[in-house]
Amino acid sequence: MSANTTESTLDAHEVDPGAHLLQVEDLYVEFHTRDGVAKVLNGVSYHVEAGETLAVLGESGSGKSVTAQTIMGILDMPPGVIKGGSIKFHGEELLTANPKRRRELRASGIAMIFQDALSALNPVFTVGFQIEEQLRLRRGMSRKDARKRAIELLDQVKIPNAKGRVRQYPHEFSGGMRQRAMIAMSLALDPEMLIADEPTTALDVTVQAQIMDLLKEIQVERNMGLILITHDLGVVAEVADRIAVMYAGRIVEQSDAPSLYRKPGHPYTKGLLESLPRLDQRGQELMTIKGLPPSLLKIPSGCPFHPRCPMVQDVCKTDVPEQHRLVPGRMSACHFAEELIAGE
Amino acid sequence: MSENIIEVRDLVKHFPVKVGVLFKRTVGHVRAVDGVSFDLKRGETLGVVGESGCGKSTLAQVLMRLEPPTSGTATFEGRDMFKMKGAELRKLRRDIQIVLQDPYTSLNPRMTVGDIIGEPFEIHPDVAPKGSRAKKVRELLDVVGLNPEHINRYPHQFSGGQRQRIGIARALALRPKVIVCDEPVSALDVSIQAQVMNLLGDLQSEFGLSYIFIAHDLSVVRHLSDRVAVMYLGKVVEVGSEQEIYEHPTHPYTQALLSAVPVPDPDLRGQRQIIRLEGDVPSPVDPPSGCRFRTRCWKAQEICADEEPELMTRVAAHPSACHFAEEKSVVP
Repeated sequence: MSANTTESTLDAHEVDPGAHLLQVEDLYVEFHTRDGVAKVLNGVSYHVEAGETLAVLGESGSGKSVTAQTIMGILDMPPGVIKGGSIKFHGEELLTANPKRRRELRASGIAMIFQDALSALNPVFTVGFQIEEQLRLRRGMSRKDARKRAIELLDQVKIPNAKGRVRQYPHEFSGGMRQRAMIAMSLALDPEMLIADEPTTALDVTVQAQIMDLLKEIQVERNMGLILITHDLGVVAEVADRIAVMYAGRIVEQSDAPSLYRKPGHPYTKGLLESLPRLDQRGQELMTIKGLPPSLLKIPSGCPFHPRCPMVQDVCKTDVPEQHRLVPGRMSACHFAEELIAGE
Repeated sequence: MSENIIEVRDLVKHFPVKVGVLFKRTVGHVRAVDGVSFDLKRGETLGVVGESGCGKSTLAQVLMRLEPPTSGTATFEGRDMFKMKGAELRKLRRDIQIVLQDPYTSLNPRMTVGDIIGEPFEIHPDVAPKGSRAKKVRELLDVVGLNPEHINRYPHQFSGGQRQRIGIARALALRPKVIVCDEPVSALDVSIQAQVMNLLGDLQSEFGLSYIFIAHDLSVVRHLSDRVAVMYLGKVVEVGSEQEIYEHPTHPYTQALLSAVPVPDPDLRGQRQIIRLEGDVPSPVDPPSGCRFRTRCWKAQEICADEEPELMTRVAAHPSACHFAEEKSVVP
């Protein structure tokens, strides 16, 4: 059903059948702050296909959420400024489309869920109302039909007693339940693409497992593209098809999941994996990445990771490493990626 | 001197739930901590794990004497902690310090780092006489890996990891014997988390500290702990050495918790046996009868609803609070 409705709206415009479901290309975003210009995104490119899970991995300040906000058109402007790049959904440019068309595309095409479900839901409206709102506005459903659909959706995300729950307010839901309600809300307009920004970070492990299962199930059922933004290397290993690692507003490595964990193609990824405490052994000393992530107001010259890199050479301090292909399906932005992969 | 620095017996902390505006009535109790017993040995790290609402942070607050217990006892070096007063209590407060979770809200933004770390000396001037305080603070900054020159900076000029180091320096200022770490690394990024964990490990061997290490991240707890206690709804359900808990868990909750932790190895995807728990943790206001875990447990039988399982040695060498305790290895 979802495919039909969206395609009919898309037919009016040109659709490139060979295009990626979502493609972000060379995106540059700056924040103009009191202290100066923060270069938050410095040429981010990635794409997602239908049915695929792309995990965007990075620490705080790496730009993973800003990329998502730019895709969704919810970037705060000001202070944010989109300096360049393109975001294409089904081959159609979102950044330059007229506002009405853009809203249409995003409303029924791309949905997003957030980390903190309590602050993402409006506390003064019932959960049901918040799901129904979009159905009534976008689909022109009557209150009664919208309520029926909202109950179906809550049922789909496995909220027990959906009929009664639909009338409750967000504070009456537990943490895991709220996240489920938000997923239900994001599915209301049958999106082809879901962006999940740290969907389980605020949840306990047993609940986290439930929510990840649910997301996976829904994705397979609807053949949705999924962008999973997270800093948790464990979650990524369990669900991602492909991984993009971000550092200081750049993608430093892109790879399929198994290869990345077996042989990271960037020293930053390698450092992250090594600094992880393991569940299956009691370690003595953890390997660490020395130093701190750079300030985006003053990104180091050359490779932004060079001040923290154990393999740093002179060239790293002057030349920005281009993202280049290592093997089919793997890219790295390190001057010495080939040595890193061949080494050991 | 006894081997145990802290001994906790049947510790209970209930918070009243009140309704009404003028005439407040108590309608129930949040049973945050409900009969917890454990020992902390000198120089060891006791990890406390559990999901939110299991009472692990309340336990920390009671042990810090920030909250009075409802009942139960705790001794520090053989003396009852909850009966201490005056000079003895002041001495206790020196000996037990805490590192808090959120490095953003636990430091006063209007105080310089020097003032924050030096404040404990105001209350305990015998540790550092007035003239030597700045020197002491500089030493502490150096110990936790910060630049001693930054003594006059404010917290906002530091990153999250550096702020956590300031919090640790403050806890170390009075040369405590025990530090309660309440989720000290959960707000930090992976690369910074490792640095702070290494620091905690180094300080322990340098100063002979004992840690009570509270966290929800099981990998982090295993990395630092000698022994681990698993809590569920205000009770300890299983306690043992790090190896006993992680390699030979016997309580179903411990097994479920361990199996739910995502493992950073895509090759194991789909091959691990993952125990999926249904539903959420019940409310601590009205916990289930008998075994508190029975509402989510796949082994639950009638006896679980009628009879509360005691924490005692059952099938393995370490105690477990399950009628049907059974060893099962779940960590790959």
